[in-house]
Amino acid sequence: MNKPVAVRVVRPREAFLDVQKISRRFGEVAALDDVSLVVRRGEIVCLAGQSGCGKSSLLRIIAGVDRPDAGTIVLDGEEIEGAVHATPEARRIGLIFQDYALFPHLDVTGNILFGLKHFARVEAERRCNEAIERLGLQHLAKRYPHMLSGGEHQRVALARALAPSPRALLMDEPFSNLDRKLRDDIRNETLSLLRKLGTTVIMVTHDPEEALSAGDSVILMRGGRIVQSGTSSDLYDHPNSAYAAEFFCDFNKIPGVCRSGFIETPLGRSAALGRSDGEAVLYVRPQALAIGGEEGVVAKVMECRLRGEIEEITFTVAGVAQPLRRRSTERSGLEPGAQVRIHADPAGTFVF
Amino acid sequence: MKGRPAFPLTFPVSVLAFGYAFLYVPIAILIIYSFNDSRLVSVWSHFSTRWYGELFRNAQIGDALWLSLRVAATSATVSVVLGTFAAFAMRRMRSLAGRGVFEVLSVTPLILPEVLTGLSLLLLFVFLGQAIGWPAQRGMLTITLAHITFGMAYATVVIRARLSQLDPALAEAAADLGATPFRSFRRVTLPLLMPAIVAAWLLAFTLSLDDVVIASFVTGPGATTLPLVIFSSVRLGVSPQINALATLLVLFAACLILAASLLLRQGEVEK
Repeated sequence: MNKPVAVRVVRPREAFLDVQKISRRFGEVAALDDVSLVVRRGEIVCLAGQSGCGKSSLLRIIAGVDRPDAGTIVLDGEEIEGAVHATPEARRIGLIFQDYALFPHLDVTGNILFGLKHFARVEAERRCNEAIERLGLQHLAKRYPHMLSGGEHQRVALARALAPSPRALLMDEPFSNLDRKLRDDIRNETLSLLRKLGTTVIMVTHDPEEALSAGDSVILMRGGRIVQSGTSSDLYDHPNSAYAAEFFCDFNKIPGVCRSGFIETPLGRSAALGRSDGEAVLYVRPQALAIGGEEGVVAKVMECRLRGEIEEITFTVAGVAQPLRRRSTERSGLEPGAQVRIHADPAGTFVF
Repeated sequence: MKGRPAFPLTFPVSVLAFGYAFLYVPIAILIIYSFNDSRLVSVWSHFSTRWYGELFRNAQIGDALWLSLRVAATSATVSVVLGTFAAFAMRRMRSLAGRGVFEVLSVTPLILPEVLTGLSLLLLFVFLGQAIGWPAQRGMLTITLAHITFGMAYATVVIRARLSQLDPALAEAAADLGATPFRSFRRVTLPLLMPAIVAAWLLAFTLSLDDVVIASFVTGPGATTLPLVIFSSVRLGVSPQINALATLLVLFAACLILAASLLLRQGEVEK
């Protein structure tokens, strides 16, 4: 079984975009509180979090359309925020807005050319045509934004942002306005283009799946602070907090009591290394709830629902208030009312 | 079992018909009598366009019309420029209280009785004339200034409504694409505001062309606007020429209003 393993080659490079200790308050509310992050050249970073966590504010500050109360930003060795404030037009950072902000009075060509005014005429037209071709917008070149569909809007916004060759590209929920089926296609298309061009990208998203799959690394924010950052597997497999765990997975939560390295719950005893004694909650992934065998406790099947690829079973267990969910690609063949033993697989179990 | 008794429908329809009759029958009568050959306004003899001919030979009315058009165009232009500044200033204002005060102050001329506006402006001009010698004489300049006071208020309201619908992200997108604030204003904000600016101009122009109360306060020798000519000639007995003139004015005003509303609607479709 010598399967070739894809190894992501990360060449060690110094920080291309270095954001240090950014704070921003709106009245009493701290939108950003001492946020620092580092992006390497050509890296795609997903900035994840629920709405209102400060991820869009951070993007606006990096783009320069808003100013922080404190902190510095260095882009490619040049300080653009801190002692100085480089205006957005001087930063050469592309920003794609959530609703794209295409200019309604200009056609697609006009929108793209808008960002190319500091190039000589011939060069501007060459870049415009290149952007139009790259995103397959030839047939839309003379259309106005109100004549375009959602996906076309997104592509025009991307073409407009990329045409001046920005040093970095910031995207604010770039796919959330698209319907689900279209979203996956456009996301793949966009990301493969950005990788091909080697663009440095920070992408804001509230979609956990998108956050994990789209980028090279993930930064999870909450309440204006960074909760955890790292690779997708760092965040998914080793969440540092209940918030980080729950952001990416819909856990079964079972209250229990920790004592000398173990947690006691109605499901039995599980390891809880490094936890201090006292009340705690056992987090079990729906796919880590195993059925059958002699282990575990008796559970009663409440519901058994086939959701296409996966089957979802809901159990009740004596002593646990909330029903427990199990998701699996196997077919269990269980009927409601059946009794079966269940146990939690330690690989998908956390204690917080 | 469909339909309702006939009564509830005939009632609103007749109320509506009465309402429209109330609004438009006087104008219709005026228009019809402008084609009356008789010198007496209230006696119909037969159809003729002679009063239109006499109207075009009347130099006094011609001069007054030319003066009115110049006053209206100047005051509308100044109103729109100031109104645009005011609308932007209101959007920029951070303090809610300050913005509220500024808003009320800038639209007050809309609700102030015209007689008061006219009287207070007259007093101001007289006082200024005595104190600093300017304006030395009341006339076209003072009428134009007076018309700017209310024209600006209307322009502010119209332009501000449109400005508040503009997505602030558009200006930010322009900045992000390397546009200086001036270029962003010239190339993005201004073109998008243009329908409202034109509509505001037409509105201010029409209002200035209509005004008789304020103009009668602040006018001086040799500066008689068209509404003033009409008003004073009616006092001496209505000449059918005035009917003809009124018909032309109604037509002109209707065209302007129509143009303004079409422009506003077009602006909304683009959005």
